[in-house]
Amino acid sequence: MNPTPLWVIFVGSLFTNNILLASLLGMCSFLVCSSKVDTALGLSAAVVFVMTCTTALNYLIYYFVLIPLQLEFLSFVVFISVIAAFVQFVEMFVERFSPKLYYALGIFLPLITVNCAILGAVLFMVIRKYNFVQSATFGFSAGLGWGLAILLMAGLREKMGYSNVPVPLRGVGILMLVTGVIAMTFMGFAGMLNVQ
Amino acid sequence: MLYITAIAVIGGLFVLLAALLLAAERYLVRYGVCTVRINAGSTVFKVQGGGALLAALINNKIFIPSACGGKGSCGYCKVTVTVGGGPVLPTETAFLSRADVRSGVRLACQVKIKQDMEIGIPEALLNAKQYRSRVASVVTLTRDIKQLDFDLLDPTEIEQRPGQYVQIQAPSPEGPVFRAYSISSPSYEKNRIQLNVRLVPGGVASTYLHGLKEGDEVLFTGPYGEFRLSEDAQREIVCVGGGCGMAPMRNIIYSLYHQWPERSCWLFFGCRTTKDIFYLDDYRMLAKRHPSFKIVYALSDPLAADETWDGETGFIHLAVDKFLAPGVKRQAFLCGPPPMIEAVMDVLKNKGLTDTDIFYDKF
Repeated sequence: MNPTPLWVIFVGSLFTNNILLASLLGMCSFLVCSSKVDTALGLSAAVVFVMTCTTALNYLIYYFVLIPLQLEFLSFVVFISVIAAFVQFVEMFVERFSPKLYYALGIFLPLITVNCAILGAVLFMVIRKYNFVQSATFGFSAGLGWGLAILLMAGLREKMGYSNVPVPLRGVGILMLVTGVIAMTFMGFAGMLNVQ
Repeated sequence: MLYITAIAVIGGLFVLLAALLLAAERYLVRYGVCTVRINAGSTVFKVQGGGALLAALINNKIFIPSACGGKGSCGYCKVTVTVGGGPVLPTETAFLSRADVRSGVRLACQVKIKQDMEIGIPEALLNAKQYRSRVASVVTLTRDIKQLDFDLLDPTEIEQRPGQYVQIQAPSPEGPVFRAYSISSPSYEKNRIQLNVRLVPGGVASTYLHGLKEGDEVLFTGPYGEFRLSEDAQREIVCVGGGCGMAPMRNIIYSLYHQWPERSCWLFFGCRTTKDIFYLDDYRMLAKRHPSFKIVYALSDPLAADETWDGETGFIHLAVDKFLAPGVKRQAFLCGPPPMIEAVMDVLKNKGLTDTDIFYDKF
């Protein structure tokens, strides 16, 4: 049982323990999909939704199926298949009932399956021994934190379009530098809260 | 015991997830029958919604080109969607210019049919047909290039322009794949086509084609391609090929001298060594009958001890630069590896050619 209050989990996953900037999870879609604020926003929305739901779903499966049957060693396989199936389901659902959102998210929706931040959040939930409400909160806020980071990056990249980047650094080079600087700024929050 | 529960849990979970997804698919992804109207109603067909547009077109005998087989990596299957395509997908943007996007050009393999659609396909592509053919002969040209002749069985005639290509349908474990090959036989020979096939290690289609014997049946679709020979008899033709980029040149040259026996034409062909040279004797014979035809073969590798060569050496763009006088009205056809094309393009532009005078095919 983890005694951390919900608000600490929420603020902590946004700033001090941001899943992208502190744990460096979900870097691939972070680097690829951060060129425009619009797509970054769409992707963050999808990540928040999928992360909240899969953390909750996997909580139920882990504590009500795997633990009683002493099958914790299956957790990775089970978690990732639940995530994959859930993303598929969400994709069909969104396509059917909100074609507009579906087109806005486009290829990013299926790509979430392989976003390691999602699996990371589920594993953190297990390691930190959260209860159900804490898990759902954590999933939601970790998603939000990831979204915050990618939105910051997208904003900066849109600005960078007008700046004179030294030629050898153009492309991935400057992206890695900027990511590092954002991560360092977030380190400034580190002493504020301690999330376990 | 633990292992049995483990297997049961995993199995049960997968079956459950699969069942949920199937149920979701059954109830969520139903689009009913959709109508696809092509070129303002000149062709109309109905199809069960949910599939890709490209597959529906091929099933309805409209063979638009697609070299990658619907993976969205070749960008050949462009059609114009005026109604019912939804917004452009991120998988397509790499292949579409801004003008393309404005006029509704889409990749047919990425667009899914979810409602009634209106699409436009260039008339030239509607003329592409599926051909059944039989291998008439196989000739080994160099260590890795074979010349294959196909007799057309059904339909028995093909109308092609010099420089166009066909898509060979090659069997593979994941279903048929399509690969583009330029036609090397001249366009006035309507009952057969000839291809030059270079064996690519691990290549599905080239391995299949290299394994064919006389009498084997082959399916292909075509013809496709934007190469268009200028009708102006005063305009000099420059053909530059490298590697196995000979096929379209051969077609262009023989078709050209069939129609305009006096027309001026240059053939530049880049090889590595004397072992890569082919068709040179054929061209020398042709040049005897048509003195306005000039041939330059160049070897890029240093000569080995046992090789003799009295022609050009070095990369082919150097030979192009050396032989062509500037300021002549010309049209150029290039076919070969991308660095060669770029080098030759630069040379030709220095000689006064513009983008509209140059057709090229990079591979």
